[in-house]
Amino acid sequence: MDPFEDTLRQLRGAFNTGRTRPAEFRAAQLRGLGRFLEDNKQLLQDALAQDLHKSAFESEVSEIAISQGEVTLALRNLRAWMKDQRVPKNLATQLDSAFIRKEPFGLVLIVAPWNYPLNLTLVPLVGALAAGNCVVLKPSEISTSVEKVLAEVLPRYLDQSCFAVVLGGPQEMAQLLEHKFDYIFFTGSPRVGRIVMTAAAKHLTPVTLELGGKNPCYVDDNCDPQTVANRVAWFRYFNAGQTCVAPDYILCSPETQERLLPALQSAITRFYGDDPQSSPNLGRIINQKQFQRLRALLGCGRVAIGGQPTVLVDVQEMEPVMQEEIFGPILPIVSVRSLDEAVDFINRREKPLALYAFSNSSQVVKRVLARTSSGGFCGNDGFMHLTLASLPFGGVGASGMGRYHGKFSFDTFSHHRACLLRSPGMEKVNALRYPPHSQRNLRVLLVAMEARCCSCTLL
Amino acid sequence: MEREVQRVRQAFRSGRSRPLRFRLQQLEALRRMVQEREKDILAAIGADLCKSEFNAYSQEVITVLGEIDLMLENLPEWVTAKPVKKNLLTMLDEAYIQPEPLGVVLIIGAWNYPFILTIQPLVGAIAAGNAVIIKPSELSENTAKILAKLLPQYLDQDLYVIVNGGVEETTELLKQRFDHILYTGNTAVGKIVMEAAAKHLTPVTLELGGKSPCYIDKDCDLDIVCRRITWGKYMNCGQTCIAPDYILCEASLQSQIVEKIKETVKEFYGENIKESPDYERIINLRHFKRILGLLEGQEIAFGGETDEATRYIAPTILTDVDPETKVMQEEIFGPVLPIVPVKSVDEAINFINEREKPLALYIFSHNSKLIKRMIDETSSGGVTGNDVIMHFVLNSLPFGGVGSSGMGAYHGKHSFDTFSHQRPCLLKSLKREGANKLRYPPNSQAKVDWGKFFMLKQFNKGKLGLLLLAFLGVVAAVLVKKYQAVLRRKTLLIFLVVHRLRWSSKQ
Repeated sequence: MDPFEDTLRQLRGAFNTGRTRPAEFRAAQLRGLGRFLEDNKQLLQDALAQDLHKSAFESEVSEIAISQGEVTLALRNLRAWMKDQRVPKNLATQLDSAFIRKEPFGLVLIVAPWNYPLNLTLVPLVGALAAGNCVVLKPSEISTSVEKVLAEVLPRYLDQSCFAVVLGGPQEMAQLLEHKFDYIFFTGSPRVGRIVMTAAAKHLTPVTLELGGKNPCYVDDNCDPQTVANRVAWFRYFNAGQTCVAPDYILCSPETQERLLPALQSAITRFYGDDPQSSPNLGRIINQKQFQRLRALLGCGRVAIGGQPTVLVDVQEMEPVMQEEIFGPILPIVSVRSLDEAVDFINRREKPLALYAFSNSSQVVKRVLARTSSGGFCGNDGFMHLTLASLPFGGVGASGMGRYHGKFSFDTFSHHRACLLRSPGMEKVNALRYPPHSQRNLRVLLVAMEARCCSCTLL
Repeated sequence: MEREVQRVRQAFRSGRSRPLRFRLQQLEALRRMVQEREKDILAAIGADLCKSEFNAYSQEVITVLGEIDLMLENLPEWVTAKPVKKNLLTMLDEAYIQPEPLGVVLIIGAWNYPFILTIQPLVGAIAAGNAVIIKPSELSENTAKILAKLLPQYLDQDLYVIVNGGVEETTELLKQRFDHILYTGNTAVGKIVMEAAAKHLTPVTLELGGKSPCYIDKDCDLDIVCRRITWGKYMNCGQTCIAPDYILCEASLQSQIVEKIKETVKEFYGENIKESPDYERIINLRHFKRILGLLEGQEIAFGGETDEATRYIAPTILTDVDPETKVMQEEIFGPVLPIVPVKSVDEAINFINEREKPLALYIFSHNSKLIKRMIDETSSGGVTGNDVIMHFVLNSLPFGGVGSSGMGAYHGKHSFDTFSHQRPCLLKSLKREGANKLRYPPNSQAKVDWGKFFMLKQFNKGKLGLLLLAFLGVVAAVLVKKYQAVLRRKTLLIFLVVHRLRWSSKQ
């Protein structure tokens, strides 16, 4: 028995009626989403606190406000985004109408992870709805409280003939992936990303994969250690380190390491107090499995700052803590002797989702930027680049493919259809292209090519 | 195969392919190759598809030259970083999107337009700064051979490599890791390519196919319509991924359409079509037999003559075709044009929507409302209204499929974008750490409200906002110069609070 068959068929049927296409419908859905966030703020904050011990500040700033911001942005720009995009024409098409039409794909599947269970479900959802698709949402079963709210409360605010939440674990996910979708948006680990893309290949379904990796954080000798420590610590330990774009490890010289350690200690104490475990501002690891995994990593290197959050030093490249994405409140420091060595270290590894470089010298920052590749880059701060909806958010290489946020979400969930509407007249011009072909035709053609106003091809 | 790919990857790692000047040089060299060795290239294409020099030139070479010229003209602008709109939080920072090469790109070409379908993607990949491995189709052997011979003579031999071979070699190649794969071909192999790519999390662009419908409305000039369709359908002997595959029209139009296409065919190819230098041949015996098979049990209104020795199939039209028959079940890719009668536009739209999304959709009508309606109510890779093929020719339009006709797009700037990673960059300074106190724990509701204010307030929001913010900036600059740090912060804070209160009241 396939639990999803009926739901999917209904959604597809609804899409085929064209319901989701008019701007009014899409705006209504977005407004519903906005109301969901407003009406249930306390409920959502409680759920986030239950799942990840998120403070009101973290919930607001990194989950609720961000989602609200995307809803507002989409509502404000929807009609502009939906407009046909005119394109420049060449000599042959001067009198024609040429434009790119943004169309919904159809039935979209959004699979979300547990670390930012609201943000990483709703922000893609905004894009999918704005683009006029029908959506199946699969929240993570690991963040159970938020999953419950999304399953029970969210549908009440949206048109349920065009939107459904499906629940379950890896088994249900596998079953779900056997079905055909018109687009799949997946946020999660590279391992599952491969599984999703392989399943998508069977139906030739395009995908966006927001994956992860080890985000390097290069700290130059020329910097103020306390400022750097503040910024790195805040971004590293936000959500107890369970952030795909958190600085994963530091690369710096031994001298800078000596200056950073007391600064990090100071920052940690200031942020979370002397007993971080009792601090309301430090999140919790999502479950036992992750907790045990992280505990095992503590055996690497030497603990320079202990307890939770942790800083490790004397870490070797081959140790486990440097082999997998940490996703926890552990910050290893790897010693390098120079910028070149740091860049080589970074380039030996998979392309990360984010890359950070700290230095008073903008030249140093730009050098790191120019000689590496990553999904995104921020100089002298942590993942602030995420807060700008005008910047696309996505990975490259093993950290993912595709991108979203703001207008990029709308474009990701739309098929960009090339349209050329020619006039029935102008047949004399077309005559050049018809056989029988003679040398004369070729000469005229070449003359037409020389006389082009922009790149012209005349068949 | 692994060693070959490794070698290309090493070449990419050297960083040689990245500087603008290098990319322009390589593109210019490619242009020179096309111009200097034109005869050899046209001869190879001609040998593969029995194509005249003129046709090979006008169908393939011209477009490639146009594409290279477009790159040469625009690349200096395209490679530069694009600044983006900022918010209050990032007001004083640099925020931009920097296009970067992906790395090693694999281009798998097709046999029907063997030159352009390998070289046009190559142009885009080079322009974006990548190293490229090109795998031309083994079915168009002559073109594959000439490319293997010419490319190393003009382009960097370590960065741009041709790999030739059959299914075995392609399978081996697909086991390797690439940073992007662009594949042109059929749906079945498209799935195999994507599955192989999934193992390495390699993004793909798949240019596949399907049955491109061609709707002819009652309200149109049938003479012109039939000339355009004849041109697009029988070009390259129907072996075009965006050829009008079949016609949908009212039954009453069928006989007229047949007559007019018949006349046009005579005009284009003469009395003895076999002798016309402008009429191509089917690529090989397998496809020849496949297309013959589609004719079984059909009502041949015109054409149908074949000659196995030369793989010749005459321009053929089938009328009153039953949608359940074989010819309507697969992409024809041959000079056979079925007409499927429908009673109305509604029926035509339903017919199209019941099937896989095609690579192209064609609509012929004087009624622009009807054209608009058909576009609105269907989906396809691209559309040309009142003509065929032409949306391929305008390289400001993205060329690609949707659903089973493919994913991704290229041509012109779309090629550059496809083969680039558009990297978002935010460059802040280590100064002004005081302002960050707002975000650090221990937290409070006040901090939450401030956080929202800074994040959600858009920098470019209205003239008044801009004026106020500009004023703020000036005040800040003045205060920095004149007063001490503490006082400056306090004043700034006051202005911000005022502004914040105005904003909150608006919420």
